Amino acid sequence: MDNVLQMKNVSKTFGEVAALRHVNFEVGSNEIVGLLGDNGAGKSTLVKIVTGYHQPDPGGEIYWKQEKIDHLSVAKARELGIEVVYQERALADLQSLWRNIFMGRELSNRLGILDEKMMFQETRKLMQTAMGFTSSAVSPESTVGTFSGGERQGVAITRALYFEAELIILDEPTMGLSISETKKCLDFVNGIKQAGKSAIFIDHNIVHVYPVADRIVVLDRGMIAGQFLKGELTFDALIDQLTRLAQTGRLESNPTMAK
Amino acid sequence: MASTNSNERPLSPTIERGRLVRFLRKNALQIAIVFVALVIWAFFYWKSPRTFGAYDIYNSLMSTTPYFALMAIPLTLVVVAKEIDLSFGSIMAWGMAAFALVFTPLSKTNPQLGVYLGFLACLLAGLFAGWLNGFIVVKLGIPSLVTTIGTQFFWRGAVMIALNGQGIGLTAVTSTVLYPALVGRLFGKIPMQFIWMIIFAIIVWFFLNHHKFGAHVYLVGDNVDSARLMGVDVDRTKILTFAIVGVASAFAGFIVSESVLFLWPTLGEGYLLNTLASVFLGGTSVFGGTGTVFGTFVAAFIIAIINPGIVASGWLAYWTQLIYGLIIVVSVALQSLLRRRFA
Repeated sequence: MDNVLQMKNVSKTFGEVAALRHVNFEVGSNEIVGLLGDNGAGKSTLVKIVTGYHQPDPGGEIYWKQEKIDHLSVAKARELGIEVVYQERALADLQSLWRNIFMGRELSNRLGILDEKMMFQETRKLMQTAMGFTSSAVSPESTVGTFSGGERQGVAITRALYFEAELIILDEPTMGLSISETKKCLDFVNGIKQAGKSAIFIDHNIVHVYPVADRIVVLDRGMIAGQFLKGELTFDALIDQLTRLAQTGRLESNPTMAK
Repeated sequence: MASTNSNERPLSPTIERGRLVRFLRKNALQIAIVFVALVIWAFFYWKSPRTFGAYDIYNSLMSTTPYFALMAIPLTLVVVAKEIDLSFGSIMAWGMAAFALVFTPLSKTNPQLGVYLGFLACLLAGLFAGWLNGFIVVKLGIPSLVTTIGTQFFWRGAVMIALNGQGIGLTAVTSTVLYPALVGRLFGKIPMQFIWMIIFAIIVWFFLNHHKFGAHVYLVGDNVDSARLMGVDVDRTKILTFAIVGVASAFAGFIVSESVLFLWPTLGEGYLLNTLASVFLGGTSVFGGTGTVFGTFVAAFIIAIINPGIVASGWLAYWTQLIYGLIIVVSVALQSLLRRRFA
């Protein structure tokens, strides 16, 4: 399988603290990778390196579609097609749906005058296809602050998909969502898969990650403790493994995929 | 398409409520402000039909309201971006101090050229002062409330030093085209500054609602983190809003001085309250992210009518300040309540 993203021997230390230690991590093309780990396991550090927010320590290498990226900046990451869907901070609550969809990338002419009609129509199209908002009560002019948590997450993911993201990173997208909203959000993740894109799905709730991920990577104290293809392990077996990890700091059998 | 089918039943009550909220948010504030303006006008008309039945009062309102509305309109941008500016009164005078510095040496030899160059210097000085506010707020991370209290005193001091505390006569301006263009009378009836107020309102409205810059102003005021994450240049957007207020303040300062043909070093004092009151009464939220130029425009006339209205009704003018203060507190309190209700 072709890799979209590959990280080799990536470490990150903040002063005395080693947040990541010699991590090898990859995301395949059209693969949904679930990234599990406790608080402080290094999930967000890993993500911030992928998005160019942090630079890895010398020796770490990052490849994008087999091509080595020497200095990954936030702007460069976006240009490559890496999009992050941040949890609460993603949307401007008082603004309309279409203004949120096109936030920071408004369609305009050379003078900067907005092409509102176009953005409005595109938003309407996305609502009916990607977002599944069919009610006549919601329009592109609706204020997103009135949406439910799941709908908001859907808006954020749809936004990433619309702008041709190749790799979408979901940072704890289900946090604070109700059960039905979570389901809706997970449907959106499935939508990423169907659209042929890749994703990294970060969560500490295994229940959410398991159904949608193709592969699950477990981070523990800055290292990759193991990874599983979903077919390899039942849900219950995975829970057992993670419990053991929490107690002993290691997984029972060395996973097949770790190389 | 689903949206054109009016018989289709809404799917969820939250969405139905959202539609109502959306409607309220989008239009009701603007409808309400017009309504408030009409009620106040009708009240004063009833109290004093002689004053409010004649053209003179409207001529006077059109002449003096622009003095602060020219600043309140661009100040709306700053407040929508969740910042505040208290220094515009001093910048009015600072712009005119720059005018004086350029004009005075030329006043004997070539007064006309002096006026034009002085006018340019005035606008540039205002632009610089506004830009400096933005720069300090954004690059040094100092809250705009504190920054602009500081620059308010700084520029007032600079004016006093530059003018040596003295006023300057500006009769030379009458021989230039700037005089009829800025404070003349259109068709002999309508004060030109009122026309400029309308022009300002249209330009700012256009940029706020139909330009990338305005879209970014709303986003920055609404959720600065998400705006930054989505690639909006937050710093540039904020600095630009301050710079626009700076240049507009200098322009307003020029208009005020020109209409009395004298530059007072105290120019701009007394504009703080009514300018801020216009913005907040106009429905621009002190919490950022919402606000309209139309609201500010109408609110400026409400603010302007209160003083003559009170006097014409036979009350003491002391009430004016109390009512301005009340308007600021009440309109901000209403915004807070609305926000809690619809959040």
